[in-house]
Amino acid sequence: MKKLINDPQDVVAEALQGIEAAHPDLRVDHQHKIIYRGDAPRNNKVGIISGGGSGHEPLHGGFVGVGMLDAACAGEIFTSPVPDQMLAATKLVDGGAGVLHVVKNYTGDVMNFDMAAELAAATGAQVLSVVTDDDVAVQDSTWTAGRRGVGVTVLLEKIAGAAAEQGRSLEQVADIARRVNANGRSMGLALSSCTIPAAGKPTFDLGDNEMELGVGIHGEPGRQRVPLASAREIAEMLVEPVLADLPFTRGDNVIAFVNGLGGTPLIELYVMYHEVNRILTTHGVNVARSLVGSYITSLEMAGTSVTLLKIEDELVSLWDAPVKTPALRWGA
Amino acid sequence: MGRLNMDEMAGTAALDRWVRSFALLVAENKELLTDLDAAIGDGDHGTNMDRGMRAVVDALDDTTPAAASALFNKVGITLVSTVGGASGPLFGTFFLRAGASLGDTSDISLAQLTSAFRAGLEGIVARGRAEAGDKTMYDALAPAVNALDSAVSEGLDKAEALKLALVAAESGRDATTPMLARKGRASYLGERSIGHQDPGATTVALLVAAATRASL
Repeated sequence: MKKLINDPQDVVAEALQGIEAAHPDLRVDHQHKIIYRGDAPRNNKVGIISGGGSGHEPLHGGFVGVGMLDAACAGEIFTSPVPDQMLAATKLVDGGAGVLHVVKNYTGDVMNFDMAAELAAATGAQVLSVVTDDDVAVQDSTWTAGRRGVGVTVLLEKIAGAAAEQGRSLEQVADIARRVNANGRSMGLALSSCTIPAAGKPTFDLGDNEMELGVGIHGEPGRQRVPLASAREIAEMLVEPVLADLPFTRGDNVIAFVNGLGGTPLIELYVMYHEVNRILTTHGVNVARSLVGSYITSLEMAGTSVTLLKIEDELVSLWDAPVKTPALRWGA
Repeated sequence: MGRLNMDEMAGTAALDRWVRSFALLVAENKELLTDLDAAIGDGDHGTNMDRGMRAVVDALDDTTPAAASALFNKVGITLVSTVGGASGPLFGTFFLRAGASLGDTSDISLAQLTSAFRAGLEGIVARGRAEAGDKTMYDALAPAVNALDSAVSEGLDKAEALKLALVAAESGRDATTPMLARKGRASYLGERSIGHQDPGATTVALLVAAATRASL
């Protein structure tokens, strides 16, 4: 294992110290491992918190700031944070208009956020939760834990964050968030595995001529191992199932999000974006906005995911609204 | 809570031994648990459980509550607040519910121990909604609880009963290997989850093994 770390046990705590030092607008509660806005709580603004295992940076801590999240709870690497953390974050950002919890659909995250929401409600806080589950690689049936929350989470946090910044009510912000999740779909592919620092070795083995199709963001193996292919072929493997699932149809407007999983350079993501855009054009799907970069990652995993979100004018204007966070920043 | 007599102390001391013995087994099997999890999950189960059980031992070193319920309450809360993932709420809930069932009981009888195990199992089902055959910790814990139930009706002593519970937990654990996972991260793998032993069921077998070592 070659990593820029000191002790594997200290990675999350030391990264939080780095984030605090690098971003004067943010504050860090080191005891609870919470990154939060320096101006929190904002009076009468709905607070939005999220959180999850670490190792997905910039998700979620890199999205804390004006126009997006109020706080993010950092778990251990690939491990959900614990209820104490979400409870503390809820208190930190509650400005009297209630707090929205954004939860990715993983068994551990859902259980820990559920316990936190129960505890918060017992203290009189007004909390609503929205669970993201946009990964089409998981068959959505009663026989699985349900679809995973992946790329749509980034788009949701931006759009719901803008709605909260405009002073909308908790119910309205939660409705917008649910609408984003309902209209977004994603699929990912890994070219390499990744190594959790505390484990010291790759989570799965992948041969030089193999790829893992349908991966999530935790280094868990995907649904299918396939021979290595070109960017053009990979784009088809990812975009076609995403298009067919919602389904997206001719004339739809979308945000097209080509994401890197941590170990893939931006130049390759732009090669992917070119292919994705070409396929969407063929299908008559109109790209209203795009996002290209590594925003929801799986440590140093090489690979990509494609997220499409069907949008109308209101969501476009929320997407365009000012945002000022370490990882997304425009108009502010 | 009134003063505890010697029997009560003995009962709580046995639970304390059980918890510490479980912590030791988790530490010894940390790599195995992590490897099993890497095959069908995300490769952190051993690390997370070990971190949690170390915190539990530290908490008990700090102060060991005198009553059974308070002791298990402390174990459960520590696990929920240190393990994370699904294992934290699930193993934490086991101890919280088992503790509530034991109350301030003294010199724990087999029937009381069985009720505590049953309460823990029910708590896990309520939190995780797992059913038999889903390839989860339930598949090792439920057979162990059933074995304890049978031992109660057959009038066995605690040591014999726990031995049978361990056999049941271990065969339940082994039976998860050919199962298709329907809960947790392993369920994302579909057919590819077949042929791998479930890490949560493996940890449950360690929990029962620890009970056999603790002379409850």
